[in-house]
Amino acid sequence: MTGIVVVSHSPALARAAVDLAMEMVRGEGPPIEIAAGTADGSTGTDAAAISAAIETVTSGEDAPGAVVLCDIGSAVLSAQMALEFLDPQVAERVILSDAPLVEGLIGAVVTASAGAGAEAVAEEAGRAVDAKRSQIAS
Amino acid sequence: MSTLTTSELIAWISTAADSLAEHAAELTDLDAAIGDADHGTNMKRGMRAAADAVADAEFETPAALAKKVGMSLVSAVGGASGPLYGTFFLRFAQGAGDAADLDAEALAAALDAAAAGVAQRGKADIGEKTMLDALRPAADAAKEAAAEGADITAMLTAAVAAAREGRDAVIDSVATKGRASYVGERAKGHIDPGSQSAVLLLEALQAAVGAAA
Repeated sequence: MTGIVVVSHSPALARAAVDLAMEMVRGEGPPIEIAAGTADGSTGTDAAAISAAIETVTSGEDAPGAVVLCDIGSAVLSAQMALEFLDPQVAERVILSDAPLVEGLIGAVVTASAGAGAEAVAEEAGRAVDAKRSQIAS
Repeated sequence: MSTLTTSELIAWISTAADSLAEHAAELTDLDAAIGDADHGTNMKRGMRAAADAVADAEFETPAALAKKVGMSLVSAVGGASGPLYGTFFLRFAQGAGDAADLDAEALAAALDAAAAGVAQRGKADIGEKTMLDALRPAADAAKEAAAEGADITAMLTAAVAAAREGRDAVIDSVATKGRASYVGERAKGHIDPGSQSAVLLLEALQAAVGAAA
């Protein structure tokens, strides 16, 4: 299954978002890793932790891809840096999603657990905000 | 001074950690005006972690030391300065190559590579009111001084002066990168916190070299 990495400034926020998303799937769901907070547990993001999380979710025997969902500001810069730390053969299977974290994560987890590849998972995550938009507009 | 050794570079990081701790409240105040009020805290924590990581270690080359500093910053800073200053030191390492000591030319090349790395990581250009506005002119001044045969002390004097000038040149600009871009015109008249921490970092190098000379 396509792996999911959740990058957040806050470990508590990341865990809660993952718990919420996992309520939407039956069974085990896709491999999910959290990279949240700094090395000493302060608020922030850590590129080294993100690259380790990506390695974990892509290390399965079928060598799946992964989708990375980020929260605010430096999460994106750290995730981009994390991709540079990876073996290029791993990095090319990873997509950084521009979706908002909670909505995107739910879309990604549901789609990944249905067996979709990284591109389809990222696409579904990217569409996740559309549902809210049309709900409010209608 | 004609060459920088790894022990002087360790002194740089230790001096920078002290300086950023001393100026943490000031950096956070600058960041509160136009950003998210975390720059001082983040840089204080990050540089302390980097200084601790290299304090008692032995390094064969300046590059190995700078790499360790960069990875420490990446994991400890937390905000956007983590990947940005992390990249600064990782690219400094690449620019320094495998030399055992850095002469003026090698130090200038390392600072040049470091500033180029920050520009690339932040997708920033000069004049956008970021740390690059201090780092790029400093690297250019260092290169120029090295080409003219300046020693490291004279080269860093020129680099620090250029960094301060670059920082001050964008005080009245609006920011177009990072959270500071959200405040638009309101950023005018404020010193960019990233450019200020960049000046402090370079002043720390100058002070460490001065103390060793």
